[in-house]
Amino acid sequence: MTSFLDVVSIVAIVAGAIFFLAGTLGLLRFPDTFTRLHALTKADNLGLGLVVFGLLPQVDGVVTGLKLVVVWLLVMLAGACASQLVARTARREERHD
Amino acid sequence: MTDVLNVGLAALIVALAIWAVFARDAFAAVVGFIAYGLLLTLVWVQLQGVDVALTEAAIGGGLTGALLVGAASRLRGTEAAARAERPRTLVRVAAAALSAAVTAALAIGVLMLPDPAPTLAPQTMANIEVTGVGNPITAVLLAFRAMDTLLEAIVLVFALIGVWSLGPDLAWGGRPGLRHRADPNGILAYLARVLPPIGIIVGTYIFWVGADHPGGKFQGATIVAAMWLLAIMAGLADAPPVSRTWVRVGLAAGPLVFIAIGLMGAVTAGAFLAYPDGYAKSLIIVIELALMPTLALILALLIAGAPRRPAQP
Repeated sequence: MTSFLDVVSIVAIVAGAIFFLAGTLGLLRFPDTFTRLHALTKADNLGLGLVVFGLLPQVDGVVTGLKLVVVWLLVMLAGACASQLVARTARREERHD
Repeated sequence: MTDVLNVGLAALIVALAIWAVFARDAFAAVVGFIAYGLLLTLVWVQLQGVDVALTEAAIGGGLTGALLVGAASRLRGTEAAARAERPRTLVRVAAAALSAAVTAALAIGVLMLPDPAPTLAPQTMANIEVTGVGNPITAVLLAFRAMDTLLEAIVLVFALIGVWSLGPDLAWGGRPGLRHRADPNGILAYLARVLPPIGIIVGTYIFWVGADHPGGKFQGATIVAAMWLLAIMAGLADAPPVSRTWVRVGLAAGPLVFIAIGLMGAVTAGAFLAYPDGYAKSLIIVIELALMPTLALILALLIAGAPRRPAQP
């Protein structure tokens, strides 16, 4: 059972890391602000979600696990709001050009 | 494996530091500095200094970052002129020599540290029972070296008075900064409504666990201050005029309670800031409870800045 959970952890964390890598590639390669934001939010939401999911079998208590999930939820909230603000500023600047 | 990670982390930090120094755009340099602070947080975690890591993330990355972003956006207008201007060769050489000398002195100091490094950790752990707290950092900050913490709190009040003194005469005693306006149905206002209840609970929690685990009033106060600033920036609240009585009382309360308990120690326990036997933990909690609101107020008002609008328009 332990080894099965370890495999789940490894697969989930590696998948999460791939999302972060893809998000970083998108940030570097995509042509404009909106597509770059799109790439970044995928890394934040899914990448971090998978990493947290992979860490859950390894924690030593329910409270620690809950804290991890709360961290993920807070990062999603902050990331979504921040990317909205960035996108709005970018669009305003586009109109001025 | 850990070594590879540590070397990678160190290389990244050095590269970011160099980039933050050499970046010509002030805003880019500030962003580099914030990332540098967050990476330093990871270093402190690696060194198992979780208390320091929390402080670095809250103060070094968050608070200082916010201050520098504000400074960079104010300097934006003068930046082109500053970039066109080149200091004379003599000044540049002197500045380079001074920086190199400071770096060399620091490097020599680090390389000449005795091995093992001198430490008071065993004495702290041997005497921690007396204080009643479980986190050695808290024991050092509020019992063994309480004087340092007291002076630190007072210095912060002085720093805030220094910031206020930069305001124009007309606005003296008025509200800091400009009134922030944001779309009341926009995403910023939404975040400023949803996040503060969570942030206040997290800040209070970090403050409370500081007795036995990493955490404490400083980190907790930074989070609470950030929540207040978020509401101010979203236009949901306004910064109070700095002449308000409750602001002044709040700023003085923490250090005053600290000093009062210190003086009480001089009478009952024979030394300034000494705690009478058996009361150490309760007195430490009283001091922390008094300092936390004061610190949150100071940190928020430091970011809010000098008064810009008269109290009575």
